Amino acid sequence: MSRGKFGLTFFLSLALVFAAACPVWAQETASAGQDAAWWIWPLVLFIVTFIMGVLAVLGGVGGGVLFVPIISGFFPFHLDFVRGTGLLVALSGALAAGPGLLKMNLASLRLAIPVALIASTCAIAGAMIGLALPTNVVQIALGGTIIGICALMLTAKKSEVPDVPQADRLSSALKIYGVYTEGSTGQEVNWKIHRTPLGLGLFIIIGVMAGMFGLGAGWANVPVLNLVMGAPLKISVATSKFLLSITDTSAAWVYLNQGCVIPLMVVPSLVGIMLGSFVGVRVLRVAKPTFIRWMVIAILAFAGLKALHKGLFG
Amino acid sequence: MADQTAPSTEASPEQMLYAKILELGMFVGLAILFLTFAIYVFGIMKPYLPLDQLSHYWSIPVHEYLEEAKIQPGWNWVGLLGYGDFINFIGIALLAGVTIICYASIIPLLLKNKDKIYAGFALAEVIILALAASGFLAVGH
Repeated sequence: MSRGKFGLTFFLSLALVFAAACPVWAQETASAGQDAAWWIWPLVLFIVTFIMGVLAVLGGVGGGVLFVPIISGFFPFHLDFVRGTGLLVALSGALAAGPGLLKMNLASLRLAIPVALIASTCAIAGAMIGLALPTNVVQIALGGTIIGICALMLTAKKSEVPDVPQADRLSSALKIYGVYTEGSTGQEVNWKIHRTPLGLGLFIIIGVMAGMFGLGAGWANVPVLNLVMGAPLKISVATSKFLLSITDTSAAWVYLNQGCVIPLMVVPSLVGIMLGSFVGVRVLRVAKPTFIRWMVIAILAFAGLKALHKGLFG
Repeated sequence: MADQTAPSTEASPEQMLYAKILELGMFVGLAILFLTFAIYVFGIMKPYLPLDQLSHYWSIPVHEYLEEAKIQPGWNWVGLLGYGDFINFIGIALLAGVTIICYASIIPLLLKNKDKIYAGFALAEVIILALAASGFLAVGH
């Protein structure tokens, strides 16, 4: 590892430790100085979500999947507000990235529309279920889901251009296919998909979970689009990002209408994650993403265990 | 829609239209949100919930929060737009609503291209998202 990469990795590790310590420091300061307390938590939230935004890009994960488990695990905010904020944070990231990906024809509107219809409908159901269940039940389910996501991140393979011998009848009827230019080689890659009914069925589950927990669904969208339906990895990642703008919109409205949105939580989180992502993209060129990804998975696993503990023991 | 037998590396007209509206909505929504947030935290407009009491409200379940703060769910926040905290909901609602506008805007293009199935999908999505936004899908506790 070069000195530059080592230094950057060391710095990011320190940033992670700092991010973990921030809530503890904030809790002590808030208890000690009641007059200045109101701005401390939003400031800490901004700092932590900024770091999260950087690490999300480097670790190849969405900001949404980091936000809910980490913020609910280490901050004093109730899970209802964390989920509402998490959905808006994930939505904002998708709104920021979506237009560019659509214009570059990496995100496929044709692939996204039928998938989004199923996922967004189920996300509404998931949001309603999540808000109706007792908090400790949601915490336990969230903890289990986060542990499952960590396992998926550790084991799931990716396929740059899956072998799809023949498009299935449904995707042929819906004319879901396309072509994109591979940036690294300049080659045109034709793509088509298969196992469309199975893929659409899996998006029922993805939608419900996204709505119930306030997570972005990128961690599930990409494997289903890529490994199950056979879309090329770039098309899968781009379409997944765009899909979040639709799936999260439907669930976000349910949380918004139920009052689960406090602006003093939403805006610092949103700004933090977006700025962090902006910086993360620039840092990506010199950082060592594999090590960062391991650290992100470790933090997620810890947050998942904390959610389980919270749900089981209060 | 684009020629179905020879897909192009260029995005289809409806995809470009969707992207342009999404981008505009995102910028406008964020700009409004940042402006209203500045108005809120700098105290230019009085908030409905005092800032120093928020640490209590954000730590309790949402149904208790609504009860204690005497806030009605759904679109009743529109009636509180005279307060610094609730004007932030304008930008939030725009960010959450821009997707509905995008879908509605591509329906005429899809119909013009005789793509009735996708026009139907888009219309269904508009209805689903509008239903979510309406506040009719309430959850009891």
